[in-house]
Amino acid sequence: MTDVLDAPSSPLGKPIKRTEDPRFITGEGRYVDDIKLQSTAHMAILRSPYAHANIRSIDTSAAKAMPGVLAVYVGADIPYNPMPMAWPAGGSAGIQNNVSTPRTLATDSVKWTGEGVAAVVAETEAQAFDALEAIQVDWEPLPAVVDAEKAIADGAPQLHENAPNNIVFEWNVGDKAGTDAAVDSAEVVVRQRIVNQRLIPNPMEVRGNIGWYNPGTDEYTIWMSSQTPHIQRLLLAAFVMGIPEHKIRCISPDVGGAFGTKIFCYPDYALVLFASKHLGGRPVKWIESRRENYQSTIHGRDHITYLEIAGTRDGTVTGLRVKTLANLGGRLSTIGPGIPTTLYARVLSGCYKIPNVYAEVTGVYTNTTFVDAYRGAGRPEATYVIERAMDLFAAEIGMDRAELRRRNFIQPDQFPYENPSGLGTASGGAKIYIDSGDYEPAMDKALATVGYADLAARKAEAKTRGKLMGLGLSTYIEVCGVAPSKWIGAVGEGWGAAMWESSNIKVHLTGKVVVTMGTQPQGQGHETTYAQVIADALGVPMEDVIVQHSDTQGTPFGYGSYGSRTSSVGMTAAVKAADKIKDKARRYAAHMLEASPDDIEIDGAEYRVKGSPERKKTFQEIAFALDLAFDAPEGMEPYLDETAYYDTPNCTWPFGTHIAVVEIDEETGVVELVRYVAVDDVGNKINPMIVDGQLHGGIAQGVGQALWEEAVYSDEGQLLSGSMLDYALPKASMLPHFELDQTVTPSPVNPLGVKGVGEAGAIASTAAVANAVIDALGPLGIRHLDMPYTSRKVWAAIQSAKGGQL
Amino acid sequence: VGEHISMTVNGMPRDLEVEPRRLLVQALREDMDLTGTHVGCDTSQCGACTVHVDGKAVKSCTMLAVQADGATVTTIEGMASPGDGGALHPLQTAFWEKHGLQCGFCTPGMIMTAADLLGRNADPSDDEIRDALEGNICRCTGYQNIVAAVKAAAVAMRA
Repeated sequence: MTDVLDAPSSPLGKPIKRTEDPRFITGEGRYVDDIKLQSTAHMAILRSPYAHANIRSIDTSAAKAMPGVLAVYVGADIPYNPMPMAWPAGGSAGIQNNVSTPRTLATDSVKWTGEGVAAVVAETEAQAFDALEAIQVDWEPLPAVVDAEKAIADGAPQLHENAPNNIVFEWNVGDKAGTDAAVDSAEVVVRQRIVNQRLIPNPMEVRGNIGWYNPGTDEYTIWMSSQTPHIQRLLLAAFVMGIPEHKIRCISPDVGGAFGTKIFCYPDYALVLFASKHLGGRPVKWIESRRENYQSTIHGRDHITYLEIAGTRDGTVTGLRVKTLANLGGRLSTIGPGIPTTLYARVLSGCYKIPNVYAEVTGVYTNTTFVDAYRGAGRPEATYVIERAMDLFAAEIGMDRAELRRRNFIQPDQFPYENPSGLGTASGGAKIYIDSGDYEPAMDKALATVGYADLAARKAEAKTRGKLMGLGLSTYIEVCGVAPSKWIGAVGEGWGAAMWESSNIKVHLTGKVVVTMGTQPQGQGHETTYAQVIADALGVPMEDVIVQHSDTQGTPFGYGSYGSRTSSVGMTAAVKAADKIKDKARRYAAHMLEASPDDIEIDGAEYRVKGSPERKKTFQEIAFALDLAFDAPEGMEPYLDETAYYDTPNCTWPFGTHIAVVEIDEETGVVELVRYVAVDDVGNKINPMIVDGQLHGGIAQGVGQALWEEAVYSDEGQLLSGSMLDYALPKASMLPHFELDQTVTPSPVNPLGVKGVGEAGAIASTAAVANAVIDALGPLGIRHLDMPYTSRKVWAAIQSAKGGQL
Repeated sequence: VGEHISMTVNGMPRDLEVEPRRLLVQALREDMDLTGTHVGCDTSQCGACTVHVDGKAVKSCTMLAVQADGATVTTIEGMASPGDGGALHPLQTAFWEKHGLQCGFCTPGMIMTAADLLGRNADPSDDEIRDALEGNICRCTGYQNIVAAVKAAAVAMRA
């Protein structure tokens, strides 16, 4: 790959401006709410004001009589199945028979504030909202519980009859006996309870759908702001609506950010399709409000963890034992149980060679919005645990934090590395390995950039200004590019299905190339990066390649874009499709040039006879001739049109070191992030400008978690942080200029050598900032503080440490 | 029940009937098909709906359409030069060149707010740019390349 990356004519590896941008900078993007179909009716959803209540009855008669109202629906009107739960906690959890997922509309009870209970369709959106006010629900409020630890305690309100003690699953991974022995006999053990608080993901575009039933063909079409249109077609057809899969078409137009929230199968998809059919084929549009987005689109994180890290006083970590309660909400989202198991506990040991790792994870129902994958999905939580643990251990034995990390890194000659926290525990030999890495150079580069050696002097200088300076490291790894289908089959995790990707390439008579794929962009610039890859592979100009996606009619099946899998899995499928195109073009060139296919050499778009370079055809000439097919040889089909499906043999493992420097005002507790240095190794880069942009955004989100963001419920289950007024998102003035650098360790897993970058920033940065804040507070004797580090919380901690009265 | 209002939008005179409760952003998006102005929240926090009203940046979700009666309004669709070629505004060019957008949803509002800033301050510092974007939220970029884009546009506009 290296020679290709260095080739001056190739667009691969270049910071090329995005081809999708002209429509976005001129206001010509087309998000769901921008699509207007003739005779569209508008839907609004009535949501529960109670966190836990039984529905005695619903009176819709007044609403039905309101101006412009076309229909009012309640749960009993809709014959569909509940939403599917598609990614169980596999392995030790066994069969999960305590699943509760949302119905299209709630029927008997509600489990969180915001669960949908009725829907109005009207001529206008305003009329629909007006009519919601006229629906009378006779509620029987019930006691609620929002905290996972309280939910599993004796006497807690019970949410579901099939889930005693509100437990969704109990799951464990790793060697319990070995880890117990290692931890219980260790020279040093450090224990800490840590909370990874609940977050609201906040893509700038909320969710929304337009459903259209065509009575003439008995087919459904849905325009949806989704990361996974193909999966939604499958889930809606086969699991929810009970109709043939080929009778639904799913289209994701421009998606205004997603961060995981748009992976899942939401009740409103089924609702707009049901309503359109009921109304004889009028399109029905539903666009979420931001308040609804906060209440009824998934949340992220929300773990309570008890960690124990054990080792020797000279700095060898020998054991990690972790118990985590994962709050999954009032009902389960589509892959909720998979996040704290597969994507969290199986990677808890991070980049360290820890011989004994054991984790127990308990999934818990509470009267809160469902929790599922939010940028990083399990891996930020794992990184937070292990990176806080390493700092706690270093502090306990009095060793420099960087030195402790250095001593425990998996070494470059130890790859492929099978970690002890469960990646290799699948049956049938279907294991996942950490593919490659070289962790010290990235850390050394980051330490040098930030001036780690001068830290003590700079802390002293800051102190003279009334500031407590702290520096935090996060030497993260992440697993992305999910996932080998064999492994998924063996462990029973991961959509309960394969996770390959697909791509089709067609070359038109005029030499123009159309690439379609099963993945689904949400702002990552896939139209540009796929074009870079395929222009390079076929030797054609980038402007001759158009990339199409997002419509199940016209693109091959794909599992979608999340988990930083598009480049490593999806683009590899495209490369393989291009290989097939080139192979056929080579065979046809051989026919045209009266040579053997083995004697045809390919140089960009030129197909030449070896040793006779004047005998050649261009790719475009071949495409033209093969499209006309006047002279196609016996057995060769006309046209260049090839599809490839790619099942990755392993996941990919980006890594790096992020360092945050904070200053805390000792008088007010205000935390300022003053520097942020990130050295990331994401393998080869298709477009380094886009890679940097992904890192910037991920870092900002992770910093947001550490310093400001928190979804807060009252004890009764009201979402107190229920609007952008109350939920503290990072703004431009709150963030510094991020200083990025890199090392490059190409992934051996795929031909492009790419690893994935969509989540790395969010995975690394939270722990870096947290460790910096605790480092700053360390001199006061503060060993740990839970996020977010609001000025109020930090001020209180400082006062408490100083023995003050609060 | 409609109120008759007139305004000049992107250089074109527009007359329309609106409900008194109709927001300016609804009138732009629904009645005039100018869907480049986006709605990202319901509390006037996100700034995705920012347009210019009589030359000043305004969150169009925070203003009734009837309040814009008689006003001159510019939306993202009016930023490029009209007519053949449609040369991009320097801010549009800079956002493209500096990768100042990812999903693109906040971008129209960012560009409109930044244009307001550059109208008042032709050579803003990084901090001044970050402060000026206080009312515009982006969840994709971490703002870094937005700041770079506004700086680059300022340079281009001073030239």
